[in-house]
Amino acid sequence: MIEIKGLTKHYGDKVAVDQLSFDVVPGRVTGFLGPNGAGKSTTMRLVMGLDAPSAGSATVNGRRFHDLPWPLREVGAHLEAKAINPGRGAFAHLWMLAQANRIPRRRVEEMLQFVGLADVSRQRVGKFSLGMGQRLGIAAALLGDPGVLLFDEPVNGLDPDGIRWVRHMLKGLAAEGRTVFVSSHLMSEMALTADQVVVIARGRLMADMPVSEFTAASSQRFVRVRSPEKGRLSAALASEGAEVTEERDGSLFVRGANEVEIGELAARLSIVLHELSPQSASLEEAFMAMTEGSLEYSNTHALADADPVGRGVGR
Amino acid sequence: MSVTMREAPAVSTSRRVIPDGRYPFSGLLASEWTKLRTVRSTMWTLLATAVAGIGIGAIATAATAARWSRMSPLRRLSFDPTRVSLTGLLLAQLAIGILGILVVSAEYSTGTIRATFSVAPRRSAVLVAKAIVFGAVALVSGEVVSFVAFFSGQAILSGKAPHATLSQPDVLRAVVGGGLYLAVLGLLALGIAAIVRHSAGAIGTFVGILLILPLIVAALPSSIGNQIGRYLPANIGVVLLSTRHLGSSFSPWVGFGVLCGYAVAAIAIGGALIVRRDV
Repeated sequence: MIEIKGLTKHYGDKVAVDQLSFDVVPGRVTGFLGPNGAGKSTTMRLVMGLDAPSAGSATVNGRRFHDLPWPLREVGAHLEAKAINPGRGAFAHLWMLAQANRIPRRRVEEMLQFVGLADVSRQRVGKFSLGMGQRLGIAAALLGDPGVLLFDEPVNGLDPDGIRWVRHMLKGLAAEGRTVFVSSHLMSEMALTADQVVVIARGRLMADMPVSEFTAASSQRFVRVRSPEKGRLSAALASEGAEVTEERDGSLFVRGANEVEIGELAARLSIVLHELSPQSASLEEAFMAMTEGSLEYSNTHALADADPVGRGVGR
Repeated sequence: MSVTMREAPAVSTSRRVIPDGRYPFSGLLASEWTKLRTVRSTMWTLLATAVAGIGIGAIATAATAARWSRMSPLRRLSFDPTRVSLTGLLLAQLAIGILGILVVSAEYSTGTIRATFSVAPRRSAVLVAKAIVFGAVALVSGEVVSFVAFFSGQAILSGKAPHATLSQPDVLRAVVGGGLYLAVLGLLALGIAAIVRHSAGAIGTFVGILLILPLIVAALPSSIGNQIGRYLPANIGVVLLSTRHLGSSFSPWVGFGVLCGYAVAAIAIGGALIVRRDV
Protein backbone atom coordinates (compact mmCIF):
# COMPACT_ATOMS: atom_id res chain seq x y z
CA MET A 1 0.00 0.00 0.00
CA ILE A 2 1.35 3.38 -1.02
CA GLU A 3 -0.30 6.46 0.45
CA ILE A 4 0.37 9.86 -1.02
CA LYS A 5 -0.98 12.88 0.83
CA GLY A 6 -0.68 16.48 -0.30
CA LEU A 7 2.64 15.59 -1.94
CA THR A 8 4.40 18.64 -3.38
CA LYS A 9 7.84 19.08 -4.84
CA HIS A 10 9.50 22.25 -6.07
CA TYR A 11 12.78 22.40 -7.93
CA GLY A 12 13.72 26.02 -7.57
CA ASP A 13 10.58 27.89 -8.56
CA LYS A 14 9.36 25.10 -10.82
CA VAL A 15 6.59 22.95 -9.35
CA ALA A 16 7.11 19.33 -10.38
CA VAL A 17 4.47 17.75 -8.16
CA ASP A 18 1.58 19.81 -6.85
CA GLN A 19 -0.61 18.70 -3.91
CA LEU A 20 -0.96 15.10 -5.07
CA SER A 21 -3.11 12.80 -2.96
CA PHE A 22 -4.02 9.23 -3.85
CA ASP A 23 -3.56 5.68 -2.61
CA VAL A 24 -2.13 2.72 -4.47
CA VAL A 25 -3.71 -0.42 -3.09
CA PRO A 26 -2.57 -4.06 -3.12
CA GLY A 27 -3.92 -6.72 -5.42
CA ARG A 28 -4.17 -4.69 -8.56
CA VAL A 29 -2.03 -2.97 -11.13
CA THR A 30 -2.27 0.80 -10.79
CA GLY A 31 -1.25 2.63 -13.92
CA PHE A 32 0.34 6.03 -13.41
CA LEU A 33 -0.31 8.10 -16.49
CA GLY A 34 0.66 11.50 -17.68
CA PRO A 35 2.48 13.16 -20.54
CA ASN A 36 6.26 13.41 -20.36
CA GLY A 37 7.14 16.02 -17.78
CA ALA A 38 3.95 15.54 -15.80
CA GLY A 39 5.80 14.58 -12.62
CA LYS A 40 5.49 10.79 -12.67
CA SER A 41 9.18 10.07 -12.15
CA THR A 42 9.43 12.75 -9.49
CA THR A 43 6.50 11.21 -7.61
CA MET A 44 8.21 7.82 -7.72
CA ARG A 45 11.50 9.28 -6.49
CA LEU A 46 9.61 10.92 -3.63
CA VAL A 47 8.02 7.58 -2.68
CA MET A 48 11.48 5.98 -2.72
CA GLY A 49 12.90 8.66 -0.47
CA LEU A 50 15.42 9.68 -3.12
CA ASP A 51 14.11 13.23 -3.23
CA ALA A 52 12.68 14.98 -0.20
CA PRO A 53 9.16 16.41 -0.58
CA SER A 54 8.68 20.17 -0.27
CA ALA A 55 5.37 19.44 1.45
CA GLY A 56 3.10 16.49 2.12
CA SER A 57 4.10 12.88 2.50
CA ALA A 58 4.46 9.57 0.73
CA THR A 59 4.39 6.41 2.81
CA VAL A 60 4.79 2.73 2.08
CA ASN A 61 2.91 0.32 4.33
CA GLY A 62 2.30 3.23 6.67
CA ARG A 63 5.95 4.23 6.98
CA ARG A 64 8.21 6.73 5.37
CA PHE A 65 10.67 4.96 3.10
CA HIS A 66 13.59 5.91 5.36
CA ASP A 67 11.95 4.15 8.28
CA LEU A 68 11.52 0.79 6.55
CA PRO A 69 13.66 -1.79 8.37
CA TRP A 70 14.36 -3.88 5.25
CA PRO A 71 13.70 -1.53 2.30
CA LEU A 72 14.40 -4.02 -0.47
CA ARG A 73 12.21 -6.70 1.14
CA GLU A 74 9.27 -4.29 1.34
CA VAL A 75 9.58 -2.10 -1.76
CA GLY A 76 11.16 -2.91 -5.07
CA ALA A 77 11.62 -0.14 -7.58
CA HIS A 78 12.80 0.00 -11.14
CA LEU A 79 13.10 3.68 -11.92
CA GLU A 80 15.67 3.95 -14.71
CA ALA A 81 16.62 1.36 -17.26
CA LYS A 82 20.34 1.83 -17.28
CA ALA A 83 21.21 3.59 -14.04
CA ILE A 84 23.89 0.99 -13.48
CA ASN A 85 27.66 1.17 -13.59
CA PRO A 86 28.41 0.00 -17.16
CA GLY A 87 31.63 -1.67 -16.05
CA ARG A 88 29.94 -3.99 -13.61
CA GLY A 89 28.35 -7.33 -14.50
CA ALA A 90 24.65 -8.02 -14.07
CA PHE A 91 25.28 -10.54 -11.32
CA ALA A 92 27.57 -8.17 -9.41
CA HIS A 93 25.02 -5.37 -9.66
CA LEU A 94 22.25 -7.51 -8.19
CA TRP A 95 24.53 -9.15 -5.65
CA MET A 96 25.72 -5.87 -4.16
CA LEU A 97 22.09 -4.74 -3.79
CA ALA A 98 21.11 -8.09 -2.26
CA GLN A 99 23.94 -8.01 0.26
CA ALA A 100 22.78 -4.69 1.67
CA ASN A 101 19.52 -6.35 2.71
CA ARG A 102 20.88 -9.84 3.52
CA ILE A 103 19.23 -11.46 0.56
CA PRO A 104 20.81 -14.82 -0.35
CA ARG A 105 22.87 -15.37 -3.47
CA ARG A 106 20.43 -18.06 -4.61
CA ARG A 107 17.73 -15.41 -4.97
CA VAL A 108 20.00 -13.32 -7.21
CA GLU A 109 20.52 -16.32 -9.48
CA GLU A 110 16.79 -17.08 -9.52
CA MET A 111 15.93 -13.54 -10.57
CA LEU A 112 18.56 -13.58 -13.33
CA GLN A 113 16.89 -16.76 -14.58
CA PHE A 114 13.47 -15.20 -14.28
CA VAL A 115 14.28 -12.20 -16.45
CA GLY A 116 16.31 -14.26 -18.89
CA LEU A 117 19.73 -12.77 -18.16
CA ALA A 118 21.36 -15.81 -16.53
CA ASP A 119 23.51 -16.52 -19.59
CA VAL A 120 24.87 -12.98 -19.73
CA SER A 121 25.13 -12.37 -15.99
CA ARG A 122 28.93 -11.96 -16.09
CA GLN A 123 28.94 -9.59 -19.04
CA ARG A 124 29.48 -5.91 -18.47
CA VAL A 125 26.16 -4.09 -18.27
CA GLY A 126 27.53 -1.43 -20.63
CA LYS A 127 27.10 -3.91 -23.47
CA PHE A 128 23.45 -4.52 -22.67
CA SER A 129 20.65 -3.27 -24.90
CA LEU A 130 18.01 -0.98 -23.44
CA GLY A 131 15.66 -3.95 -23.19
CA MET A 132 18.23 -6.01 -21.28
CA GLY A 133 18.77 -3.02 -18.99
CA GLN A 134 15.03 -2.92 -18.37
CA ARG A 135 15.02 -6.59 -17.45
CA LEU A 136 17.99 -6.19 -15.13
CA GLY A 137 16.13 -3.32 -13.43
CA ILE A 138 13.06 -5.53 -13.07
CA ALA A 139 15.21 -8.28 -11.54
CA ALA A 140 16.61 -5.76 -9.06
CA ALA A 141 13.11 -4.63 -8.07
CA LEU A 142 12.05 -8.22 -7.44
CA LEU A 143 15.17 -9.25 -5.49
CA GLY A 144 13.68 -8.82 -2.05
CA ASP A 145 10.36 -10.46 -3.02
CA PRO A 146 8.68 -7.20 -1.94
CA GLY A 147 4.98 -6.57 -1.41
CA VAL A 148 5.13 -3.15 -3.04
CA LEU A 149 6.57 -2.56 -6.51
CA LEU A 150 7.20 0.59 -8.52
CA PHE A 151 8.10 0.55 -12.20
CA ASP A 152 8.83 3.71 -14.17
CA GLU A 153 8.12 3.17 -17.88
CA PRO A 154 9.20 -0.49 -17.76
CA VAL A 155 8.31 -1.36 -21.36
CA ASN A 156 10.42 1.29 -23.06
CA GLY A 157 12.95 -0.34 -25.30
CA LEU A 158 11.33 -3.76 -25.16
CA ASP A 159 10.25 -5.67 -28.25
CA PRO A 160 6.61 -6.82 -28.54
CA ASP A 161 7.44 -10.11 -26.83
CA GLY A 162 9.12 -8.29 -24.00
CA ILE A 163 6.18 -5.92 -23.64
CA ARG A 164 3.78 -8.83 -23.43
CA TRP A 165 6.05 -10.50 -20.89
CA VAL A 166 6.13 -7.38 -18.68
CA ARG A 167 2.35 -6.98 -18.93
CA HIS A 168 1.89 -10.61 -17.90
CA MET A 169 4.38 -10.24 -15.06
CA LEU A 170 2.73 -7.09 -13.70
CA LYS A 171 -0.65 -8.79 -13.63
CA GLY A 172 0.87 -11.85 -12.00
CA LEU A 173 2.47 -9.73 -9.28
CA ALA A 174 -0.83 -8.02 -8.55
CA ALA A 175 -2.64 -11.37 -8.53
CA GLU A 176 -0.21 -12.49 -5.82
CA GLY A 177 -1.60 -9.66 -3.69
CA ARG A 178 1.18 -7.17 -4.23
CA THR A 179 0.85 -3.43 -4.72
CA VAL A 180 1.95 -2.70 -8.29
CA PHE A 181 2.45 0.90 -9.39
CA VAL A 182 3.51 1.37 -13.03
CA SER A 183 4.03 4.59 -14.89
CA SER A 184 3.53 5.07 -18.58
CA HIS A 185 2.86 7.87 -21.00
CA LEU A 186 0.82 5.54 -23.21
CA MET A 187 -2.83 5.16 -22.26
CA SER A 188 -3.26 2.29 -24.70
CA GLU A 189 -0.60 0.28 -22.88
CA MET A 190 -2.18 0.90 -19.49
CA ALA A 191 -5.64 0.03 -20.79
CA LEU A 192 -4.31 -3.48 -21.36
CA THR A 193 -2.36 -3.79 -18.13
CA ALA A 194 -3.85 -1.71 -15.36
CA ASP A 195 -6.89 -2.19 -13.18
CA GLN A 196 -6.80 1.34 -11.85
CA VAL A 197 -5.43 4.51 -13.43
CA VAL A 198 -4.05 7.59 -11.78
CA VAL A 199 -3.65 10.40 -14.30
CA ILE A 200 -1.53 13.45 -13.61
CA ALA A 201 -0.58 16.47 -15.65
CA ARG A 202 1.70 19.30 -14.61
CA GLY A 203 2.10 17.63 -11.27
CA ARG A 204 -1.62 17.72 -10.50
CA LEU A 205 -4.05 14.86 -10.12
CA MET A 206 -6.45 14.65 -13.08
CA ALA A 207 -8.13 11.31 -12.44
CA ASP A 208 -7.99 8.32 -10.11
CA MET A 209 -10.46 5.66 -11.24
CA PRO A 210 -10.83 2.08 -12.38
CA VAL A 211 -9.69 1.55 -15.97
CA SER A 212 -13.17 0.34 -16.91
CA GLU A 213 -14.63 3.65 -15.79
CA PHE A 214 -11.96 5.61 -17.63
CA THR A 215 -12.65 3.59 -20.78
CA ALA A 216 -16.41 4.11 -20.45
CA ALA A 217 -15.97 7.82 -19.91
CA SER A 218 -13.67 8.09 -22.87
CA SER A 219 -15.90 6.13 -25.21
CA GLN A 220 -18.40 8.94 -24.70
CA ARG A 221 -19.68 9.92 -28.08
CA PHE A 222 -19.60 13.22 -29.79
CA VAL A 223 -20.85 14.49 -33.10
CA ARG A 224 -18.94 16.25 -35.80
CA VAL A 225 -20.94 18.96 -37.55
CA ARG A 226 -20.07 21.22 -40.45
CA SER A 227 -22.26 24.09 -41.44
CA PRO A 228 -21.86 27.44 -43.24
CA GLU A 229 -23.80 28.98 -40.34
CA LYS A 230 -21.76 27.54 -37.55
CA GLY A 231 -22.02 30.67 -35.37
CA ARG A 232 -25.80 30.50 -35.20
CA LEU A 233 -25.76 26.72 -34.85
CA SER A 234 -23.31 26.67 -31.98
CA ALA A 235 -25.23 29.40 -30.14
CA ALA A 236 -28.42 27.37 -30.53
CA LEU A 237 -26.70 24.15 -29.41
CA ALA A 238 -25.19 25.88 -26.44
CA SER A 239 -28.57 27.24 -25.38
CA GLU A 240 -29.85 23.61 -25.50
CA GLY A 241 -27.10 22.63 -23.04
CA ALA A 242 -24.70 20.95 -25.48
CA GLU A 243 -20.98 21.54 -25.33
CA VAL A 244 -19.56 22.82 -28.59
CA THR A 245 -15.92 23.22 -29.57
CA GLU A 246 -14.64 24.44 -32.88
CA GLU A 247 -11.85 22.51 -34.55
CA ARG A 248 -9.08 23.98 -36.60
CA ASP A 249 -10.66 22.87 -39.87
CA GLY A 250 -13.82 24.82 -39.01
CA SER A 251 -15.94 21.85 -38.03
CA LEU A 252 -17.81 21.74 -34.72
CA PHE A 253 -17.46 18.97 -32.13
CA VAL A 254 -20.65 18.61 -30.16
CA ARG A 255 -21.04 16.73 -26.90
CA GLY A 256 -24.27 16.37 -24.96
CA ALA A 257 -26.51 16.13 -27.98
CA ASN A 258 -26.81 13.28 -30.47
CA GLU A 259 -27.01 13.48 -34.26
CA VAL A 260 -30.80 13.21 -34.24
CA GLU A 261 -31.23 16.13 -31.84
CA ILE A 262 -28.72 18.24 -33.70
CA GLY A 263 -30.33 17.51 -37.10
CA GLU A 264 -33.78 18.37 -35.82
CA LEU A 265 -32.57 21.56 -34.19
CA ALA A 266 -30.86 22.62 -37.44
CA ALA A 267 -34.00 21.88 -39.45
CA ARG A 268 -36.11 23.90 -37.02
CA LEU A 269 -33.82 26.87 -37.42
CA SER A 270 -33.32 26.28 -41.16
CA ILE A 271 -29.62 25.94 -40.81
CA VAL A 272 -27.86 24.15 -43.64
CA LEU A 273 -25.62 21.26 -42.59
CA HIS A 274 -22.71 19.96 -44.65
CA GLU A 275 -21.82 17.16 -42.30
CA LEU A 276 -23.44 15.44 -39.35
CA SER A 277 -21.42 12.45 -38.23
CA PRO A 278 -21.31 10.67 -34.89
CA GLN A 279 -17.79 9.91 -33.60
CA SER A 280 -16.28 8.13 -30.65
CA ALA A 281 -13.02 9.13 -29.00
CA SER A 282 -10.19 6.68 -28.67
CA LEU A 283 -8.72 6.03 -25.27
CA GLU A 284 -5.64 7.96 -26.26
CA GLU A 285 -7.79 10.95 -27.31
CA ALA A 286 -9.63 10.86 -24.00
CA PHE A 287 -6.32 10.84 -22.20
CA MET A 288 -5.10 13.74 -24.29
CA ALA A 289 -8.28 15.68 -23.69
CA MET A 290 -7.83 15.18 -19.98
CA THR A 291 -4.26 16.39 -19.94
CA GLU A 292 -4.74 18.96 -22.70
CA GLY A 293 -3.59 22.46 -22.03
CA SER A 294 -1.35 21.08 -19.37
CA LEU A 295 1.37 19.87 -21.69
CA GLU A 296 4.85 21.11 -21.08
CA TYR A 297 5.39 21.30 -24.80
CA SER A 298 2.77 22.58 -27.18
CA ASN A 299 3.63 19.69 -29.46
CA THR A 300 0.85 17.22 -28.83
CA HIS A 301 2.77 14.49 -30.61
CA ALA A 302 4.88 14.26 -27.50
CA LEU A 303 2.09 12.07 -26.16
CA ALA A 304 2.06 9.61 -28.98
CA ASP A 305 5.79 9.35 -29.47
CA ALA A 306 7.50 6.76 -27.39
CA ASP A 307 10.24 8.24 -25.29
CA PRO A 308 13.29 6.85 -27.06
CA VAL A 309 15.69 7.17 -24.17
CA GLY A 310 13.48 5.56 -21.62
CA ARG A 311 14.18 8.07 -18.93
CA GLY A 312 10.66 9.48 -18.89
CA VAL A 313 11.67 12.93 -17.88
CA GLY A 314 14.68 14.43 -16.22
CA ARG A 315 14.43 16.87 -13.41
CA MET B 1 22.85 -12.04 -28.27
CA SER B 2 19.60 -13.83 -27.82
CA VAL B 3 17.94 -14.10 -24.48
CA THR B 4 14.94 -16.09 -23.50
CA MET B 5 12.62 -15.21 -20.70
CA ARG B 6 10.72 -17.69 -18.64
CA GLU B 7 7.08 -17.31 -19.52
CA ALA B 8 5.09 -17.73 -16.31
CA PRO B 9 5.74 -15.18 -13.61
CA ALA B 10 6.70 -17.24 -10.61
CA VAL B 11 8.32 -14.57 -8.53
CA SER B 12 7.38 -15.94 -5.18
CA THR B 13 6.70 -19.55 -4.34
CA SER B 14 6.38 -19.21 -0.60
CA ARG B 15 4.86 -16.63 1.69
CA ARG B 16 7.16 -13.70 2.19
CA VAL B 17 8.88 -13.47 5.54
CA ILE B 18 10.51 -10.24 6.65
CA PRO B 19 13.15 -10.84 9.32
CA ASP B 20 13.26 -8.97 12.61
CA GLY B 21 15.56 -6.03 13.16
CA ARG B 22 16.73 -3.95 10.27
CA TYR B 23 19.29 -4.11 7.50
CA PRO B 24 22.64 -4.35 9.25
CA PHE B 25 25.75 -2.27 8.77
CA SER B 26 27.71 -5.45 8.03
CA GLY B 27 25.53 -5.89 4.94
CA LEU B 28 26.53 -2.43 3.77
CA LEU B 29 30.20 -3.32 4.22
CA ALA B 30 29.74 -6.52 2.20
CA SER B 31 27.88 -4.57 -0.47
CA GLU B 32 30.60 -1.92 -0.72
CA TRP B 33 33.27 -4.61 -0.94
CA THR B 34 31.40 -6.21 -3.85
CA LYS B 35 31.10 -2.84 -5.57
CA LEU B 36 34.78 -2.10 -5.15
CA ARG B 37 36.03 -5.42 -6.48
CA THR B 38 33.64 -5.62 -9.44
CA VAL B 39 34.70 -2.55 -11.39
CA ARG B 40 37.86 -2.36 -13.43
CA SER B 41 38.77 1.14 -12.28
CA THR B 42 39.73 -0.36 -8.90
CA MET B 43 42.31 -2.63 -10.45
CA TRP B 44 43.66 0.10 -12.72
CA THR B 45 44.03 2.74 -10.02
CA LEU B 46 45.63 0.27 -7.60
CA LEU B 47 47.98 -0.84 -10.36
CA ALA B 48 48.83 2.80 -11.05
CA THR B 49 49.43 3.32 -7.33
CA ALA B 50 51.87 0.40 -7.27
CA VAL B 51 53.66 1.35 -10.50
CA ALA B 52 54.02 4.98 -9.43
CA GLY B 53 54.99 4.19 -5.85
CA ILE B 54 57.45 1.42 -6.58
CA GLY B 55 58.59 2.23 -10.13
CA ILE B 56 59.08 5.97 -9.79
CA GLY B 57 60.71 5.37 -6.40
CA ALA B 58 63.18 2.95 -7.98
CA ILE B 59 64.00 5.35 -10.83
CA ALA B 60 64.55 8.28 -8.45
CA THR B 61 66.68 6.11 -6.18
CA ALA B 62 68.79 4.77 -9.04
CA ALA B 63 69.38 8.32 -10.29
CA THR B 64 70.51 9.40 -6.83
CA ALA B 65 72.78 6.35 -6.48
CA ALA B 66 74.39 7.13 -9.82
CA ARG B 67 75.01 10.77 -8.80
CA TRP B 68 76.31 9.96 -5.31
CA SER B 69 80.03 10.02 -6.17
CA ARG B 70 79.67 13.50 -7.69
CA MET B 71 77.47 14.97 -4.95
CA SER B 72 78.62 17.92 -2.88
CA PRO B 73 79.34 17.27 0.83
CA LEU B 74 76.41 19.47 1.78
CA ARG B 75 74.01 17.43 -0.37
CA ARG B 76 75.47 14.22 1.06
CA LEU B 77 74.86 15.54 4.57
CA SER B 78 71.17 16.10 3.91
CA PHE B 79 70.76 12.79 2.04
CA ASP B 80 67.81 10.80 3.37
CA PRO B 81 67.84 7.30 1.80
CA THR B 82 64.39 6.48 3.21
CA ARG B 83 62.84 9.62 1.78
CA VAL B 84 64.44 9.05 -1.64
CA SER B 85 63.15 5.47 -1.86
CA LEU B 86 59.63 6.68 -1.04
CA THR B 87 59.63 9.47 -3.67
CA GLY B 88 57.16 7.55 -5.83
CA LEU B 89 54.50 7.76 -3.14
CA LEU B 90 54.07 11.44 -3.99
CA LEU B 91 52.83 10.33 -7.41
CA ALA B 92 51.03 7.25 -6.10
CA GLN B 93 48.92 9.57 -3.92
CA LEU B 94 47.19 10.87 -7.06
CA ALA B 95 46.21 7.36 -8.18
CA ILE B 96 44.88 6.28 -4.79
CA GLY B 97 43.04 9.60 -4.51
CA ILE B 98 41.33 9.00 -7.84
CA LEU B 99 40.15 5.60 -6.60
CA GLY B 100 38.80 7.25 -3.44
CA ILE B 101 36.94 9.75 -5.61
CA LEU B 102 35.52 7.12 -7.96
CA VAL B 103 34.16 5.07 -5.05
CA VAL B 104 31.65 7.89 -4.55
CA SER B 105 31.48 9.83 -7.83
CA ALA B 106 31.07 6.80 -10.12
CA GLU B 107 27.84 5.97 -8.32
CA TYR B 108 26.54 9.44 -9.06
CA SER B 109 27.71 9.56 -12.67
CA THR B 110 26.20 6.15 -13.50
CA GLY B 111 23.03 6.59 -11.44
CA THR B 112 23.80 3.51 -9.32
CA ILE B 113 23.46 5.76 -6.28
CA ARG B 114 19.68 5.68 -6.68
CA ALA B 115 19.70 1.89 -6.55
CA THR B 116 22.02 2.04 -3.54
CA PHE B 117 19.83 4.45 -1.60
CA SER B 118 16.74 2.45 -2.55
CA VAL B 119 18.10 -0.55 -0.68
CA ALA B 120 19.90 1.39 2.06
CA PRO B 121 18.27 4.75 2.79
CA ARG B 122 20.59 5.51 5.73
CA ARG B 123 22.87 7.50 3.49
CA SER B 124 25.46 8.47 6.07
CA ALA B 125 25.85 4.78 6.97
CA VAL B 126 26.45 4.02 3.28
CA LEU B 127 29.15 6.70 3.15
CA VAL B 128 30.81 5.37 6.31
CA ALA B 129 30.73 1.83 4.87
CA LYS B 130 32.37 3.13 1.70
CA ALA B 131 35.04 4.92 3.74
CA ILE B 132 35.79 1.81 5.82
CA VAL B 133 36.02 -0.56 2.85
CA PHE B 134 38.02 1.83 0.68
CA GLY B 135 40.16 2.90 3.66
CA ALA B 136 41.07 -0.72 4.42
CA VAL B 137 41.94 -1.45 0.79
CA ALA B 138 43.93 1.79 0.51
CA LEU B 139 45.79 1.09 3.77
CA VAL B 140 46.81 -2.43 2.79
CA SER B 141 47.81 -1.31 -0.72
CA GLY B 142 49.60 1.75 0.64
CA GLU B 143 51.62 -0.25 3.16
CA VAL B 144 52.56 -2.88 0.58
CA VAL B 145 53.65 -0.19 -1.89
CA SER B 146 55.55 1.72 0.79
CA PHE B 147 57.44 -1.31 2.09
CA VAL B 148 58.23 -2.66 -1.37
CA ALA B 149 59.41 0.79 -2.47
CA PHE B 150 61.58 1.08 0.63
CA PHE B 151 63.24 -2.33 0.31
CA SER B 152 63.79 -2.10 -3.43
CA GLY B 153 65.13 1.43 -3.03
CA GLN B 154 67.59 0.38 -0.33
CA ALA B 155 68.71 -2.55 -2.47
CA ILE B 156 69.42 -0.13 -5.32
CA LEU B 157 71.39 2.20 -3.00
CA SER B 158 73.44 -0.45 -1.24
CA GLY B 159 77.04 -0.53 -2.33
CA LYS B 160 76.78 2.84 -4.08
CA ALA B 161 75.53 5.16 -1.36
CA PRO B 162 74.49 5.04 2.28
CA HIS B 163 71.27 3.13 2.75
CA ALA B 164 68.77 2.81 5.55
CA THR B 165 67.46 -0.13 7.56
CA LEU B 166 64.19 -0.38 9.43
CA SER B 167 66.02 -0.47 12.76
CA GLN B 168 67.45 3.03 12.31
CA PRO B 169 65.62 5.85 14.07
CA ASP B 170 62.49 7.13 12.31
CA VAL B 171 62.87 4.77 9.34
CA LEU B 172 60.06 2.39 10.32
CA ARG B 173 57.89 5.39 11.14
CA ALA B 174 58.52 6.86 7.66
CA VAL B 175 57.78 3.59 5.85
CA VAL B 176 54.65 2.78 7.88
CA GLY B 177 53.73 6.46 7.61
CA GLY B 178 53.94 6.23 3.81
CA GLY B 179 51.13 3.67 3.73
CA LEU B 180 49.09 5.57 6.30
CA TYR B 181 49.53 8.77 4.33
CA LEU B 182 48.19 7.17 1.13
CA ALA B 183 45.19 5.72 2.95
CA VAL B 184 44.19 8.91 4.76
CA LEU B 185 44.78 11.06 1.70
CA GLY B 186 42.55 8.64 -0.25
CA LEU B 187 39.88 9.11 2.40
CA LEU B 188 40.21 12.89 2.07
CA ALA B 189 39.64 12.45 -1.68
CA LEU B 190 36.59 10.27 -0.96
CA GLY B 191 35.22 13.00 1.32
CA ILE B 192 35.81 15.64 -1.36
CA ALA B 193 33.92 13.47 -3.84
CA ALA B 194 31.00 13.20 -1.40
CA ILE B 195 30.87 16.99 -1.28
CA VAL B 196 31.40 17.63 -5.00
CA ARG B 197 29.77 14.44 -6.43
CA HIS B 198 31.23 14.87 -9.93
CA SER B 199 34.42 12.99 -10.80
CA ALA B 200 36.03 15.83 -12.72
CA GLY B 201 35.27 18.43 -10.08
CA ALA B 202 36.48 16.22 -7.27
CA ILE B 203 39.69 15.25 -9.08
CA GLY B 204 40.33 18.93 -9.88
CA THR B 205 39.84 19.93 -6.27
CA PHE B 206 42.01 17.09 -5.00
CA VAL B 207 44.86 17.79 -7.42
CA GLY B 208 44.54 21.50 -6.68
CA ILE B 209 44.99 20.89 -2.97
CA LEU B 210 48.00 18.63 -3.53
CA LEU B 211 49.82 20.39 -6.35
CA ILE B 212 48.50 23.93 -6.87
CA LEU B 213 48.07 25.05 -3.27
CA PRO B 214 51.78 24.49 -2.44
CA LEU B 215 52.74 26.70 -5.41
CA ILE B 216 50.49 29.48 -4.17
CA VAL B 217 51.83 29.20 -0.64
CA ALA B 218 55.40 29.20 -1.95
CA ALA B 219 54.71 32.53 -3.63
CA LEU B 220 53.74 34.10 -0.30
CA PRO B 221 56.34 35.86 1.92
CA SER B 222 58.13 33.15 3.87
CA SER B 223 56.97 34.48 7.25
CA ILE B 224 53.34 33.76 6.30
CA GLY B 225 54.11 30.94 3.88
CA ASN B 226 55.80 28.78 6.50
CA GLN B 227 52.92 29.23 8.89
CA ILE B 228 50.36 28.16 6.28
CA GLY B 229 52.62 25.69 4.49
CA ARG B 230 52.74 23.23 7.34
CA TYR B 231 48.98 22.73 7.11
CA LEU B 232 49.20 21.57 3.49
CA PRO B 233 48.58 17.84 2.95
CA ALA B 234 51.54 17.67 0.55
CA ASN B 235 53.85 19.12 3.20
CA ILE B 236 52.51 16.76 5.85
CA GLY B 237 53.22 13.89 3.44
CA VAL B 238 56.82 14.90 2.81
CA VAL B 239 57.46 15.20 6.56
CA LEU B 240 55.91 11.81 7.19
CA LEU B 241 58.10 10.18 4.52
CA SER B 242 61.31 11.78 5.82
CA THR B 243 63.52 10.64 8.67
CA ARG B 244 64.72 14.19 9.30
CA HIS B 245 62.84 17.09 10.74
CA LEU B 246 62.02 19.76 8.20
CA GLY B 247 62.07 23.44 9.23
CA SER B 248 58.78 24.94 10.31
CA SER B 249 56.68 21.86 9.61
CA PHE B 250 54.59 19.94 12.12
CA SER B 251 56.24 16.87 13.62
CA PRO B 252 55.29 13.74 11.62
CA TRP B 253 52.52 12.46 13.86
CA VAL B 254 51.04 15.87 14.60
CA GLY B 255 50.94 16.48 10.86
CA PHE B 256 49.33 13.08 10.35
CA GLY B 257 46.73 13.98 12.98
CA VAL B 258 45.95 17.19 11.07
CA LEU B 259 45.57 15.17 7.85
CA CYS B 260 43.21 12.73 9.59
CA GLY B 261 41.24 15.76 10.76
CA TYR B 262 40.88 16.94 7.13
CA ALA B 263 39.67 13.52 6.00
CA VAL B 264 37.15 13.22 8.84
CA ALA B 265 35.91 16.77 8.22
CA ALA B 266 35.53 16.20 4.46
CA ILE B 267 33.62 12.93 5.00
CA ALA B 268 31.44 14.49 7.69
CA ILE B 269 30.56 17.49 5.49
CA GLY B 270 30.02 15.19 2.50
CA GLY B 271 27.78 12.95 4.61
CA ALA B 272 25.71 15.87 5.86
CA LEU B 273 25.26 17.12 2.28
CA ILE B 274 24.38 13.68 0.90
CA VAL B 275 21.67 13.26 3.55
CA ARG B 276 20.13 16.61 2.67
CA ARG B 277 20.42 16.55 -1.10
CA ASP B 278 18.09 14.90 -3.59
CA VAL B 279 19.69 12.18 -5.68
